[in-house]
Amino acid sequence: MSNPQQLRYSKEHEWLSATEDGVATVGITEHAANALGDVVFAQLPEVGDTVTAGESCGELESTKSVSDLYAPVTGEIVAANQDVVDDPSLVNSAPFEGGWLFKVRIDGEPDDLLSADEYTAFTAG
Amino acid sequence: MSTAPRLTALDAVHRALGATMTDFAGWDMPLRYASERDEHNAVRTKAGLFDLSHMGEITVSGPEAVDFLNFALVGNIGSIGVGRARYTMIVAEDGGILDDLIVYRLGEPDAPEYMVVANASNAQNVLNELSNRAEEFDVEVRDDREAYALLAVQGPESPGILKSLTDADLDGLKYYAGLPGTVAGVAALIARTGYTGEDGFELFVSPGDAEKLWGALMEAGTPVGMVPAGLSCRDTLRLEAGMPLYGHELTAGLTPFDAGLGRVVKFEKTSHSDSFLGRAALAAAAERAETAPPRKLVGLIAEGRRVPRAGFPVVADGKVIGEVTSGAPSPTLGKPIAMAYVDAEHATPGTEGVGVDIRGTHEPYEVVALPFYKRQK
Repeated sequence: MSNPQQLRYSKEHEWLSATEDGVATVGITEHAANALGDVVFAQLPEVGDTVTAGESCGELESTKSVSDLYAPVTGEIVAANQDVVDDPSLVNSAPFEGGWLFKVRIDGEPDDLLSADEYTAFTAG
Repeated sequence: MSTAPRLTALDAVHRALGATMTDFAGWDMPLRYASERDEHNAVRTKAGLFDLSHMGEITVSGPEAVDFLNFALVGNIGSIGVGRARYTMIVAEDGGILDDLIVYRLGEPDAPEYMVVANASNAQNVLNELSNRAEEFDVEVRDDREAYALLAVQGPESPGILKSLTDADLDGLKYYAGLPGTVAGVAALIARTGYTGEDGFELFVSPGDAEKLWGALMEAGTPVGMVPAGLSCRDTLRLEAGMPLYGHELTAGLTPFDAGLGRVVKFEKTSHSDSFLGRAALAAAAERAETAPPRKLVGLIAEGRRVPRAGFPVVADGKVIGEVTSGAPSPTLGKPIAMAYVDAEHATPGTEGVGVDIRGTHEPYEVVALPFYKRQK
């Protein structure tokens, strides 16, 4: 699997898009989606919520387990992907595209976000 | 202590298929090949091919094989016909379930031979128990775990797939029966058993023949929609079919009567003696079950989308009334389902106000009779 070069990545397996007007899109990586198995339920943060980098902001439930969804950056949620709430399998079928999870107006970001190459190495190790 | 997982004879096949592997009872087993939901649906509508080589085969033979098995197990083994199979259990002296088993009667009347198939996680314990219990009997208890690979073809297309590869009389092979035969040129014990709620076959073969048989089955089955299927979908299939799993619905802390499976206990047996290990405790458990009904195993269907997991409390009116033993999203029903032991007064299908505590939130559930899914015959 390949991780898109233009994105940045957290060690909790979220991806973060480039920002436009301070807003970035967040999802989980294909690596994480594969590890979860079929995602059947997504509890996403709501518009207006404030999320904190590295802290849980939702849940992704798969056939066998439930996993916390972590915020890769600190900021205010400005959109949640209703398509994923309606059809959680989008997280598996298009993790970097239609399966995005939320958009966040960034107030602060940790200094350990990874480049695509660094993330690829991280998941290989 | 070495903890390297054991590999089945099909390990290279699974890796070539890109399976996600998981440690299961000390074995490295395929969890899923791609999407477990697709594999589940293929078994329900077409067919799935499973590697179940982790199951534990123990062969019991000798002149006193029937008397021995009647003593060692709770069922009436003497009433199993040649070529038939029976679901039974082995219990401890206190009546607690040590494992649930399938016993196949293989030998002719003058040469009794039975194959006992134990769950992978309990196989060593069952082998030890049987060996200890055999002391007073003229029998041989043989560890045959290395002697067999086990492949299962499950689903409505499975009879057609197998018929194209064998001359064995599959139409004459009833559910819970087994016969020796040849499949794709490979010697096999062909059993019409399974753990999916579908029609299907389990094929016990020599490990050296496993890859050849897998290849032949895939070649025959792929055109009709058969796919390799892993342990993840096996669990959701058996859950929909309401079948118990050791360690979840069945434990050493429960007698067969507590598990709602008292019918597998036969106090009268076709052998010289009706005594068997655990009898006194089970007789007491049977009486208790009559006078003070234990918690009952029921089905729960979610109204919402959150999934109940094993160990989650079942609640009513803010009180804990039971515990989930298995839970998963059901691909067939499209909703989360669970099996749970609940207090008898809340066990009637349709009982109002029952919920599951899912990480602090009480989610509403409908109480239903098991199974969730029954195939149309």
